[in-house]
Amino acid sequence: MKRKLILCSALALGLVLAAWFAEALCPFDPYEQNFAAALQPPSWEHWFGTDRFGRDMLSRVIMGARVSIFSALILVGIISVTGTAIGVFCGCSRRADAVLMRLADICLAFPGMVFGLAVAAVLGGGIQNAVLALAAVSWPKYARIARSQTLAVKNADYIAAARLAGDSFWQVIGRHILPNIAGTILVTAMLDVGTMMMELAGFSFLGLGAQPPTADWGSMMSEGRSMLQLYPWVIFTPGIGIVLSVAIFHLLGETIRDHMDPKNRTGRRRE
Amino acid sequence: MRGTDIRKRLLLLIPMVLGITFLSFALMHLAGSDAVLQKAESSGIALSQEVLEAQRAELGLDQPFILQYLNWLGRFLTGDMGTSYVSGKDVWSTFLSKLPATLLLTGTSLLLTAGIAIPLGILSAVKQNRFTDGLIRVCSFVGNSLPNFFVALLLMYLLSIQMPVFPVIARGIGWRSAALPTLTLAIAMSAKYLRQVRAAVLEERNRDYVAGERARGIRFGVTLRKSVLRSCMVTLLTLMSLSAGSLLGGTAIVEAIFMWDGVGKLAVDAMEMRDYPMIQAYVVWMALIYALINLITDVLYHVLDPRIRLEGERS
Repeated sequence: MKRKLILCSALALGLVLAAWFAEALCPFDPYEQNFAAALQPPSWEHWFGTDRFGRDMLSRVIMGARVSIFSALILVGIISVTGTAIGVFCGCSRRADAVLMRLADICLAFPGMVFGLAVAAVLGGGIQNAVLALAAVSWPKYARIARSQTLAVKNADYIAAARLAGDSFWQVIGRHILPNIAGTILVTAMLDVGTMMMELAGFSFLGLGAQPPTADWGSMMSEGRSMLQLYPWVIFTPGIGIVLSVAIFHLLGETIRDHMDPKNRTGRRRE
Repeated sequence: MRGTDIRKRLLLLIPMVLGITFLSFALMHLAGSDAVLQKAESSGIALSQEVLEAQRAELGLDQPFILQYLNWLGRFLTGDMGTSYVSGKDVWSTFLSKLPATLLLTGTSLLLTAGIAIPLGILSAVKQNRFTDGLIRVCSFVGNSLPNFFVALLLMYLLSIQMPVFPVIARGIGWRSAALPTLTLAIAMSAKYLRQVRAAVLEERNRDYVAGERARGIRFGVTLRKSVLRSCMVTLLTLMSLSAGSLLGGTAIVEAIFMWDGVGKLAVDAMEMRDYPMIQAYVVWMALIYALINLITDVLYHVLDPRIRLEGERS
């Protein structure tokens, strides 16, 4: 169990580091056009082939990791923090609860992609707007989890004891409630990274996310769509990038979930 | 008692509809789209400022925001959603004419998803920790990490280009052109729900009554059919309604790839052309349909699960 956790964390960390130091890892300049070498199939020189501008696909896939992975991480960061803050607040204040939870219901009523299309239509494409659109429909999930968890621990004796000992409202939240609900939120967030990465790639694929010529997996696949028949590597190499990183983050999320699950921790196996 | 419960849910739908319409209207208002200018531009006639102002007054665009919203809501409720900036056609009738294709695609994908996820999920749970279980779980994990547009392109490459079994783009609405988009949506969806079916069945399977029935000599197949599956019904239903929601949104991308002539493609095209009334219609109606599906699910819970039904009656 522990070994799996370390392995998955190492893989995910490696992916993030590779995205961070993408420039150093690229064998070629991902933006340099070379029409003499356009649309070459994979070879020893260009492992993933080249696209129609003669740009090295391997370099573009490595470079694409930066936008794709960091935008997903930022998105999950935003929604888990704001969602949790709103949820805890709702759990503690009944008046805020009535208003904010209705708002959450309304935001949840929009299927994600539908709302994304609307936001993109209003604000225009661009990865920030895609993140914004997905954040608008995804925060309620965290708010609901945080709220129910807060309600569950709010009336515990140790909270009352902390209040009696003179802790203020914010101290109770910071020292007692947040540490208690952090585990659940963390697991949810880790499981969401991969999903959000796919959603963002979908936005980019529709032209609502990162715009060409930015190297981003979703928009690279969209650009190459017409070349599916003759030059499939232009589409499939960024696709492999997405699938591999989504799989790594999913695996990490699941391993963390299993690790935090008390059922597994005690070593008792349910048969 | 059950009647009042459903009525209560229906009443809750009213603030929901207001919220959905308000949010959509506010979004489009934010876009700062000026219907009068847009129309004047697309018709190519130069109009003086006075004429433009007069037209704005006629459409009520000089009124405060909240009045505009109420006017718009009134027209919306009577089925008047304005005309498209691009084609000049009535938005509502265009939307209605494309809706059946999307609903058909959603329906077939949902059926196929249920057809894949439920049997495989059960099989995986019954053969827990055996080879079959492992294989199914690996497949579901891989399927879960595949974005649907990648699945679409892969299927297109394999089944239309390498082996020309299905057409690359949809020609009309038929089973041959529906096959690939349906398969695409169902693969992504069933990979996700298979594991939840498995978890639900596993949890039920470990209950004491299962062991009790086995001790009394009842065959496991019978227990599975008559007790385990029945108590998993609510979970399965929740999964189906959730997937209907993500399908309604998710069809857009698949429709655009396969040129399936539904509302999703309509919305993607409208988005590229900045055809605001069309996008508005899409957003509002998709959210409303989703809300309706959730309502139907809630009603079905009552029908299917005596526990929920009895609780409602007690309170």
